Amino acid sequence: MTKTNKQSNFNIRSVLAATVAAALFTGCATSGNPKDPIEGYNRAMFSFNETVDKAVIKPVAQGYDFVMPDPVQTGVSNFFANIADLWTGINNLLQGKPVDALSDAGRVLVNSTIGILGLFDVATPMGLEKHEEDFGQTLGRWGVGDGAYVVLPILGPRTVRDTFGLAADIYVDPVRDADGHRGYRNTAIALRAVDTRANLLKVEDALEAAAIDKYAYVRDAYLQHRRSAIHDGNPPREADDSAALPSENLLTMEPLESTWTMMLVGAPEAPDVDVANASGSAVEPMDTAAASF
Amino acid sequence: MFKRFVQFLMVAFAASAVAQANVLKAPDVLVKEVTEDVLTTLRTDPAIKAGDVVKTAELVETRVLPHFNFTRMTALALGKEWRATTPEQKKVLTEEFRTLLVRTYSNALTSYRNQTIDYRPFKMGAADTDVTVRTQINQPGGRPIPLDYALEKKDEGWKVYDVMVSGVSLVTNYRETFAAEIRAGGVDGLVKTLRAKNASTAPAPVPAAASAAK
Repeated sequence: MTKTNKQSNFNIRSVLAATVAAALFTGCATSGNPKDPIEGYNRAMFSFNETVDKAVIKPVAQGYDFVMPDPVQTGVSNFFANIADLWTGINNLLQGKPVDALSDAGRVLVNSTIGILGLFDVATPMGLEKHEEDFGQTLGRWGVGDGAYVVLPILGPRTVRDTFGLAADIYVDPVRDADGHRGYRNTAIALRAVDTRANLLKVEDALEAAAIDKYAYVRDAYLQHRRSAIHDGNPPREADDSAALPSENLLTMEPLESTWTMMLVGAPEAPDVDVANASGSAVEPMDTAAASF
Repeated sequence: MFKRFVQFLMVAFAASAVAQANVLKAPDVLVKEVTEDVLTTLRTDPAIKAGDVVKTAELVETRVLPHFNFTRMTALALGKEWRATTPEQKKVLTEEFRTLLVRTYSNALTSYRNQTIDYRPFKMGAADTDVTVRTQINQPGGRPIPLDYALEKKDEGWKVYDVMVSGVSLVTNYRETFAAEIRAGGVDGLVKTLRAKNASTAPAPVPAAASAAK
């Protein structure tokens, strides 16, 4: 572990390069999951991320979690959550939910003032519920399909759609945009990252206990979570096809799809998998996805 | 005299059973009662507070599990593969999957025992037989975590057949993994994998049980 730390940047980059190269060679090793056409690359990147996390990110997060008293951690989380509420509100507006957007604006107003620059979340007890929205969800709401699952370096699980969403999120990020205070800005970005990771420490134990294949478990949890988030916590239930005949699954197709889907890779929702299998033409989406990388 | 006493007990028992069957607890009431009951024990029982995993599993086993329908859960996790299994395989799969879920659930419960739970407003029609009860875990220093239970109406009462954390079903999340296992080694391969997983996460104080499971 100390080795990795000593041999700075350059080495991480060469490890990354080696990982990608290895991934390209093993690229064909997919299990045929239509949502995960580049599984070979993804698995390699996943284990690379795990290694970096174990060596650097997690220890820092654990140290932070150990040193910082709970109220301070809450304050830090609240501070960044308050900043994020702005973008959440704009996304709610873009998704055609003006009432939620108004509530988000109210949150920012209340928390920035009474909540002392967002350190205290006084808006939630007042009945202004916290929402989680980002541009990837907005795109999903507009009918853009998930696209292929992809594991990004360090940033972790995304779909093709959410990667575009993430680019927009980063582009408008107020923390990143804090020009003229470069020192503070970088500290703020690092602190936010550590705080986010520290919040995940508990989830991790449960994950280790639950997962048979950690890669697949994280992937499927990410996809399910995003599906639920796009539907604001009320996704249509996935078909229980333990009793149904394959043909009946056709009925569970979602009306949400649109021409947008055609621009990205198919398979926007789970029931689609069965449809593809049933009609025996499941191969095309994979090739398209592979080509786009 | 003694005989009469036994008779009385039997009648009383039968009467209470009938009473229970007649008045099905509403699903939201059931979820709330069981959650509060378990959380109270988790917070007060000295052995569990000291980190006794076996005791925690026991608590889940006796108080929570009677309200779960594991056969339905296993069917849900296997999806269309379920239809191709023999009754014997169904039984073994359910048993192993049950163990896995109990471990996961106990683990999560212990990590979150000091958090408060909110019960979201619940509405259902009189004729509904499939409902979702929404709760959320409030954690200091973090965002609340939505925890939802899907329940179906059975003759014996409402039974949980799915648990969703942040929109992620603890049951259907296994579908792709299970399907991949079955593609690689058949249903028996999946059983073997589940057994190995359960053996590896068996609570430490009972190594005998762990090796027997293999």
